[in-house]
Amino acid sequence: MSQLAGKPAAAKAAELSRQRLIERETSGAKPYLLMPLLALLAVLLLLSLALGSASIPLEQIITVLLGGQADHQSWTNIILKFRLPKTATAALAGMALGVSGLLMQTYFRNPLAEPFVLGVSSGASLGVALVVLSSGAVGGALLAGLGLAGDLLLTAAAGAGAALSMSLVLLVAVRVRSGVTLLVLGLMFGYLVGALVSLLLYFALPERIQAYINWTFGSFSGVTAAQLPILALFVISGLLLSAALVKPLNALLLGEDYARSLGIHLRWTRFAIILATALLVSAVTAFCGPIAFLGIAVPHLARGWLGVSDHRLLLPGVCLAGACVALCAALIAELPGNNLVLPLNVVTALLGAPVVMLVVLRQLRGRA
Amino acid sequence: MMLSTRSLSIGYRRRGRPDAVLAEALDLRLQPGELVGLLGPNGIGKSTLLRSLGAMQRPLAGRVLLGERDVARLKPQERARRLSMVTTAAPRPRLMSGYALVTLGRHPHTDWLGRLSAEDHKIIAWALQAVKGAELARQPVAELSDGQRQKLMIARALAQQSDIMLLDEPTAFLDLPRRIETMALLKQLADETGLAILVSTHDLDLALRNCDRLWLMSRAGIKAGAPEDLALDGSLGATFHAEGIHFDQRRGSFTLDQSAGPGVYVAGDGEPAIWLRRALTRAGYALTDRSGRIELSHQQNGRGSSWQLRIKDRISQHATIEAALNELERRTK
Repeated sequence: MSQLAGKPAAAKAAELSRQRLIERETSGAKPYLLMPLLALLAVLLLLSLALGSASIPLEQIITVLLGGQADHQSWTNIILKFRLPKTATAALAGMALGVSGLLMQTYFRNPLAEPFVLGVSSGASLGVALVVLSSGAVGGALLAGLGLAGDLLLTAAAGAGAALSMSLVLLVAVRVRSGVTLLVLGLMFGYLVGALVSLLLYFALPERIQAYINWTFGSFSGVTAAQLPILALFVISGLLLSAALVKPLNALLLGEDYARSLGIHLRWTRFAIILATALLVSAVTAFCGPIAFLGIAVPHLARGWLGVSDHRLLLPGVCLAGACVALCAALIAELPGNNLVLPLNVVTALLGAPVVMLVVLRQLRGRA
Repeated sequence: MMLSTRSLSIGYRRRGRPDAVLAEALDLRLQPGELVGLLGPNGIGKSTLLRSLGAMQRPLAGRVLLGERDVARLKPQERARRLSMVTTAAPRPRLMSGYALVTLGRHPHTDWLGRLSAEDHKIIAWALQAVKGAELARQPVAELSDGQRQKLMIARALAQQSDIMLLDEPTAFLDLPRRIETMALLKQLADETGLAILVSTHDLDLALRNCDRLWLMSRAGIKAGAPEDLALDGSLGATFHAEGIHFDQRRGSFTLDQSAGPGVYVAGDGEPAIWLRRALTRAGYALTDRSGRIELSHQQNGRGSSWQLRIKDRISQHATIEAALNELERRTK
């Protein structure tokens, strides 16, 4: 900038925009590629509000969204009480899972890393399984008769389990230097907790097991309008923290040693990445269940579409793509025009597993 | 700015056992504008020394000073503005252009988003130009050769505009022209920009030709000095002695200790004589200083040139060095 001082402001601006063009060209970054994603997200949001067991015309939805009343009171209720929370939950969860996957993949420099590898979903499962078993031991009627309260208890337990496992990972992460070691520890922690969950389930009553299984299926519909702000608070703070990390994340693409030599404070960066992951994943897992494959698949989809590794572009891209994929999965799970609802995890696995396979195959080809 | 060490001791801490000390009581100095070659056998601790100097690894004792300040106490960003590194790690990030890779070198100088000013772009372009890698800017890093990627890693370190650059075996995995080019580049950078460069390498010959000073690392510690001084006082030979390598003081290069065969005399100093001596050394013959039992020479006459082999009083002519060597072997075995 210094040699530009003294030039007229317009000339300065022209010079800078010319330089930005050079940068854009040479780094292959194409920010305009975000626009189609944004348009797709808008369409999917509207579709998610319109489609369901009762189809509602588009103009009615817009009327309700703008604060008006639909032709039928029931439509207004459906939109505001059910479809809006569900749609917002799906979009938030998609963003959160996608971004947490991106953070982990960059930090561990492993294309298959995702937050669940660190044991967060196992921790949440343990919390849920503990509630299931204790209710079985204290008295069979405790949960079955409680309905909503039982749901809340399950959710709280899942959140506590997720937060606990994440704090454990945080504790270890401050001391352990290598990313690979942390990855292995996370995996082993997951197995350990998985075994405990199996043990608890083994001794649980059949109807409790059913409640647990239902949670593991995953769903965006369980979040009420009252719970939504809590989820949003966690997810948005996690996303903001991630946005503050784009520069260290870019440096980490060269590995920890190079990131450090580029002036990145490694210990703080590591802490911030795991904290962001905890914020993003624990609330989503507690409210929606352990949703598989979004964390792995979404960052790869975004990279494939945008063609860059620069997190300044990748982060918004992953947000948009994550919301789109989650909304898509929710739409498919509800099978519009049908009363049947498929488990969400079935759909995400069907969408996500092929992506993971493609990534693995492409990696093998790259190595050969 | 000068990089120096005060009673530095490097190595690894081990739980329940004494520390693995690789070198201790090091008092080293790296001056602005000089290219220093770090030489030593494998496993002697060259990488550990470089990592300790770059604050990537905590020393067992003593301090590393940048100017007057302890490297370990500097904030990461401030350290990165003064000291850049090229390590042996060979990252191949996907979906990253050469330009974007060099851009990372501006990190210690940019804001939290890593936004680049026109000045930053100028420096990146200069760094790419300096390593003769301008044409790599648009190419994906993952598809480059080792040599091209190494160029970009050095350009990235240059873009950091540090006072000191540490390189850990930057010429490993490169072909000979690339190695010569890289060392020449480092020498030129040290001369022209005042950058202090420390480079560890196994290319003894290139280090001897290009470095202003050498740090010879052996079990006994580190001996510093000009290459020629270290050659003449025998330090160079001593450092690599254990490896079964012999430093030829006259020719200024290393050879393997294998001259167990009979002595052969080669007369003259012309080009044919030089290559004849190389061939004999390679084939395991010792060279003698005066005419003796066996003598090889180059003959020029009206019909062309030939190689004459004399063993005692039997003389034979050969069209090529290869043929002469074959005859020599047949007769002396």
